[in-house]
Amino acid sequence: MSRLDLDEAPVVATVGAAMFADAITAQAAHVIAVDWKPPAAGVEESLATVTADPRFADANAEAVGRLSAARAHWLDVRPAAEVLGLQRGEFLHAGPPVDWANACGPLRGALIGAMIYEGLVDDVAAAEKLGASGGINLAPCHSRGAVGPMAGVVSASMPMSVLADPQTGKQGYCTLNEGLGKVLRFGAYAPEVIQRLRWLQDVLAPSLATVLQRHGPVDVSSLIAQALQMGDECHNRNRAATSLLLRDLTGDLIESGLPTARIAEVFNFISGNDHFFLNLAMPAGKVAADAARDVPGSSLIVAMSRNGTEFGIQLSGTGDEWFNAPAPEVDGLYLSGFGPADANPDLGDSTITETMGIGGMAMAAAPAIVRFVGGEPTEALRRTQEMYEITMTEHPMFQIPALNFRGTPTGLDAVMVARTGVVPAVNTGIAGKEPGIGQVGAGLVTPPMSVFTDAVRGLAARVQRAA
Amino acid sequence: MSAHVEVRAGTYHDSVTLMLASQQVADLPGVRSAMVAMATPLNLEVYERLGFDLAAVATASPNDLVLAVEADDEGSLAAAVSALEVQLTAKAAPSGGAAADAVQPHTLAAALRDGRGTLALISVAGRFAFVEAMDALQAGVSVMLFSDNVSVEQEVLLKDEAARRDLLVMGPDCGTAVVGGVGLGFANSVRLGSVGIVAASGTGAQQVSCLLDAAGVGMSAVLGVGGRDLSAAVGGRSTLAAMKMLDEHAGTDFVVVVSKPPNEAVAEQVLAAAEKMSTPTLVGFVGRGREDLTALSNRALSMLGGNVEPPQEWLVPDRQPQPGFIRGLFSGGTLCDEAMAIAAEALGPIASNTPLEPDWALPADLHDATHLMIDFGDDQLTQGRPHPMIDQTLRLERIAEESKDPDCAVLLLDVVIGHGSHPDPAAELAPAIVAAREQAAADGRDLAVVVCLVGAAGDPQGLERTATALNAAGASVHLSNAAAARVAISLVEGNTR
Repeated sequence: MSRLDLDEAPVVATVGAAMFADAITAQAAHVIAVDWKPPAAGVEESLATVTADPRFADANAEAVGRLSAARAHWLDVRPAAEVLGLQRGEFLHAGPPVDWANACGPLRGALIGAMIYEGLVDDVAAAEKLGASGGINLAPCHSRGAVGPMAGVVSASMPMSVLADPQTGKQGYCTLNEGLGKVLRFGAYAPEVIQRLRWLQDVLAPSLATVLQRHGPVDVSSLIAQALQMGDECHNRNRAATSLLLRDLTGDLIESGLPTARIAEVFNFISGNDHFFLNLAMPAGKVAADAARDVPGSSLIVAMSRNGTEFGIQLSGTGDEWFNAPAPEVDGLYLSGFGPADANPDLGDSTITETMGIGGMAMAAAPAIVRFVGGEPTEALRRTQEMYEITMTEHPMFQIPALNFRGTPTGLDAVMVARTGVVPAVNTGIAGKEPGIGQVGAGLVTPPMSVFTDAVRGLAARVQRAA
Repeated sequence: MSAHVEVRAGTYHDSVTLMLASQQVADLPGVRSAMVAMATPLNLEVYERLGFDLAAVATASPNDLVLAVEADDEGSLAAAVSALEVQLTAKAAPSGGAAADAVQPHTLAAALRDGRGTLALISVAGRFAFVEAMDALQAGVSVMLFSDNVSVEQEVLLKDEAARRDLLVMGPDCGTAVVGGVGLGFANSVRLGSVGIVAASGTGAQQVSCLLDAAGVGMSAVLGVGGRDLSAAVGGRSTLAAMKMLDEHAGTDFVVVVSKPPNEAVAEQVLAAAEKMSTPTLVGFVGRGREDLTALSNRALSMLGGNVEPPQEWLVPDRQPQPGFIRGLFSGGTLCDEAMAIAAEALGPIASNTPLEPDWALPADLHDATHLMIDFGDDQLTQGRPHPMIDQTLRLERIAEESKDPDCAVLLLDVVIGHGSHPDPAAELAPAIVAAREQAAADGRDLAVVVCLVGAAGDPQGLERTATALNAAGASVHLSNAAAARVAISLVEGNTR
């Protein structure tokens, strides 16, 4: 039996000429009018190719199903050399691939700091020389199962949080958050920055490993879900999640057998750093996004990231190929004494949060920081609601109270971005553009449209080759 | 240069509020730097870097608020400090309830996500239509695809997708449909009944359904399939699907299939499918050398056992043949084709922008000193302007032009009313007809005007009202397009180039 009902007045979804919608309304029938505009110029053929692929609908369902079903537990803290096999002289960084010559100021600054930290060089001049001479190996964090905030620099000795999906065992990695102010991830490399890195390595990492061993795996996905209902969106605001995490760990920290002074040190460090949890939310996103990789025909975005020079994305259906464009400026609020002229273009892997369905996608959950996007809480609600236009599903676990506990918009679809011109909402920090400065503000990024249209073209080319 | 530094103990504002306030005050004229922040060690470093005196905040703790402004002069400073005060005490403006308003969907996928929609109507430009149509089908919703310029390959893909999901694609280039009593696109308010129509031609379907309506017969559904559906490439996919839907539909007792003569193999398939249907089915391939739409409608009426009477006319008395030619100015493609087919049989070649034979093509300026018929709804003439059923400007201009042409003996027009069409075509056409006839009379000619009016009694423009207005302007008005064509022919018969 046909699914076209010939007996009841239809509810007609209309796209195109308004007069036809009006004519239906005039007949007392219901209309759902689409606010349509043409897709980005020149992409319509690729859109048709991709959506005509017989695998398309199932591929996207499969990919986003894996993304939204993934869960992440925090298991351990281990050196990058051990969990990623990083060698001395090998460095990971945020965003798509980039070399020293094209690296932005903060990334160079972070690499300089990491070279000093690893003992490869004694001073800044030597580090710059080594970097410029091609004496270090660079690779994106994303290519090694890791993610890094801002510059995202990872070197062999750095402690990494190890997260894994309890069902599949697939792992994701991220450094420990250094706190605010002058920190490596914003490109600072002063002696106190290196000193803090050593403290992370020598004090915090082994303490956390001990506590985690005692506590057992920490359910990071569950903490995200709770924090979203407490005013975090887990990208630019992690205050609730960090508090929840600390509450969860404190008993085991106290009973860990560590010296009281060290317990206090660890407690105060996490307690004094609202963004400590960001470095757990991010690898949780990496675990989810990597689970969705390599589904042929799928237009799901599995990586969205910036190295401060370029903004790039990867799709599930296009393998390891990056689709890049110059990194945009961040429209934001600046710390006193800084302004747009001091800002580096968009930087960091932290957009993995938006990729998994939180961060800017869940802005409606975080009214306390909506003024970063230049608006009132109502604007945040609108933004999140608009994100449902370009996502494939609603997250089964992450919910937004203000939207009647609707699941967060999850599974960014490059096809829908290209069709609607609506780009993902991204919240982010702003790094100073000169090496060594650190954070100068925070705000909202408008991702460059061309990466999404290029990705759709790239997917269309693969679809045609497969046909 | 003046500076203001103040510590407010125990005053908390979140950092976003403070950054916002700092930035707005720093932008005021005469302000060199401004900072309002909680007195954390980090913020005090910034404070110092901005050149403020650390001693002034020596006692501040991280729970205290620091206000620091430096300005060119006392006036700017005072203004800045009071602006800062305003920033920090400002109450949020009422939102106007925007939060409650859902975002309007940007795609059919989004529009259909909540499962309310049961049908999609797509009229975006053809090259954008495919993805929207695919959205609808994947959401389990049938599609009326008004858009033209959709490729044959895409049409076949869509129709195959629909077949897999037991859905129907009406179109592309489908001008009319009636589903569940609701007219879509250009559609007439025909009475409800038990005749289902499957049509590869929009105005053809409108003509047949309106003639049945005028004879008291109602429709259960009018399902368009698009002009290319019965081509070899598309193979009648939607026609066959629509016939099956109507055959299975309890409320349909009789089916009429209307199309131009299709590809032969496809025609056989359609006829074979009609044979097998349990619902009585009349397949009408109309066109040159075949029966016209009125004859098809009459055949349907007699099969239904009804009274077959000539369709209604509003005549002009004592009209005599005149020297000159027919000038047919149409908005409906099928109506134009049908008039040309009938006229060609009686009068020979009819020049047109959509000619029956390639040799009969009109020059690009659409003028020739002979019988000619123009389809103003043809793609070439609708680029960048609304369809002539909505916007009559081009036809009105041509009517005025023809009134001055001594070669023009008869103006033959179609007027298609109903949903989607011009809200009152007679209001523009009647005065134009009066003016044209007056102009011709001034030149010593008796310009005959013949109108085919396609509409149903229930149409918003009013069938009777429209007919009467046009008739009063001096036109003979006919519900049958074929009848209108024959009247026009009778007024010029024997006149040749």
